[in-house]
Amino acid sequence: MLKVENLNVYYGAIHALKGLSFEVNKGEIVTLIGANGAGKTTTLHTVSGLLKPTEGSISLMDKTITGVEAHKILGMGMAQVPEGRRVFAKMTVQENLEMGAFLRTDKAEIEESYENIYRKFPRLKERRKQLAGTMSGGEQQMLAMGRALMSKPDILLMDEPSMGLAPILVKEIFDTIVEVNKQGVTVLLVEQNAHMALSIADRAYVLETGKIVLEGNAKELLDHEDVKKAYLG
Amino acid sequence: MAQFIQQVINGLNVGSIYALIALGYTMVYGIVKLINFAHGDILMIGAYFGFFALATFNVPFGLALVVSMILCALVGMTIDRLAYKPLRNAPRISALITALGMSMLLQNLFRLLFGAQPRRMPAVIALKRIEIAPGIAISNLAIITILLSVGLMLLLEFIVKKTKTGKAMRAVSEDKSAAKLMGVNVDKTISITFAIGSALGAVGGLLYAINYYQVEPYMGMMPGLKAFVAAVLGGIGVIPGAMLGGFVIGLIETLTKGYVSTTWADAFVFGILIIVLIFKPAGILGKNTREKV
Ligand SMILES: Nc1ncnc2c1ncn2[C@@H]1O[C@H](COP(=O)(O)OP(=O)(O)O)[C@@H](O)[C@H]1O
Ligand SMILES: [Mg+2]
Repeated sequence: MLKVENLNVYYGAIHALKGLSFEVNKGEIVTLIGANGAGKTTTLHTVSGLLKPTEGSISLMDKTITGVEAHKILGMGMAQVPEGRRVFAKMTVQENLEMGAFLRTDKAEIEESYENIYRKFPRLKERRKQLAGTMSGGEQQMLAMGRALMSKPDILLMDEPSMGLAPILVKEIFDTIVEVNKQGVTVLLVEQNAHMALSIADRAYVLETGKIVLEGNAKELLDHEDVKKAYLG
Repeated sequence: MAQFIQQVINGLNVGSIYALIALGYTMVYGIVKLINFAHGDILMIGAYFGFFALATFNVPFGLALVVSMILCALVGMTIDRLAYKPLRNAPRISALITALGMSMLLQNLFRLLFGAQPRRMPAVIALKRIEIAPGIAISNLAIITILLSVGLMLLLEFIVKKTKTGKAMRAVSEDKSAAKLMGVNVDKTISITFAIGSALGAVGGLLYAINYYQVEPYMGMMPGLKAFVAAVLGGIGVIPGAMLGGFVIGLIETLTKGYVSTTWADAFVFGILIIVLIFKPAGILGKNTREKV
């Protein structure tokens, strides 16, 4: 589904990603875990075209997308729930979902998609006319997820959905990720919360200062000594 | 009393023109955080286009208006492409200085092309004064000006609130990266914003020229400045704020001229701005939010 090879990304002189390679297969939940500053967000931003890599290649469903402008990526089947939710605060919940369907033209089916999202997140339905900026962090996370799903993506990238949320909400969000995955959406989940991420993922990569230092089956990494020491406390 | 109502009507007349022009400042600021100082000159250009359409080609007023709007939209988009877009990621002061330079360039270009002499705007319609009550009259031109302005403002409000383009504009003005992730073409959306703002500026310019019977290369400066004050007064970046600010400035100006003194009108306008900004730094309808870095 998604294949990244030898990605090198710089912020000026800062070498943020140093030859990163990873792969996400169709139907999987793959997680990329790492501490703050490891390069997780940089990776997602590069994959979705917001940042240009100096070197390396990215392909999505066997099509090279390296250098493709960010606004064209969604239409190719890859959606992102960005770090910090980034909902449109001055737009209503409904309008945020409409933005998610920005590229879609199938009017009747869009209506169906709204209903699907509202069924998944009943709290969004109650608040459909409310401004997104006035909602709680958990509700905004649900909205950001719903907004990304409105594009009917083949693959969904999620950047630290658990950030700043109470454990019960984290559980709710992660249950939804599993549910979405069961419905056929491939997931690349970036997390600092290694325990939660590994417990729902099929495979995992461990990122440290811009490099993959460990990879493997998620359940096995959950028991791996280095991972336990560094990320699971 | 009759005199007061008369002044209010006159105030609404100029105010609606300021409001139209203020929209261009506020929309562009909302989306690229740039005070487009050349916007005042867009209205001058719009007035010239209208002037040539009316005086040289003798087309009907409606057609002159549409032609002027379309041409100004193109001019506005071109200015953005050539002058501002390359500076999108540069420090804001660079784009601001470029905008000032663009303003001078346009003024001098038009002086070079058409001379500094004001040209007389042909009478578009046979001017009629309609007496609504003893001592209170409104001209048919004022009615057209107010109705046209308010109509365009309602249309803009509809576009911004309800259409896909409008939603894209709001999304881009809030968060460009997030908008890109939704598939929004940010550059195109910014172009459209310049186009709409400039088209409204063209209408403002043409109406201004008709109300004051002339066009000249520097005619954009004063109404441009007042419309800018209106946009700041209402809350820069807030569309209804620009409309409100325009009417408020128009009313203050006319009432000062009517009751205090003609020479003090401009001082009052700027004085009010300073007073409002002391108590409400973000403008009347602006939200006092700290800016994201
Ligand atoms: N806009 C930026 N400019 C300069 N350096 C940055 C920028 N964004 C991130 N970095 C640096 O790149 C590295 C990786 O950051 P990031 O991808 O945000 O990490 P993570 O998401 O894993 O916390 C960090 O060292 C960070 O300081
Ligand atoms: Mg991050």
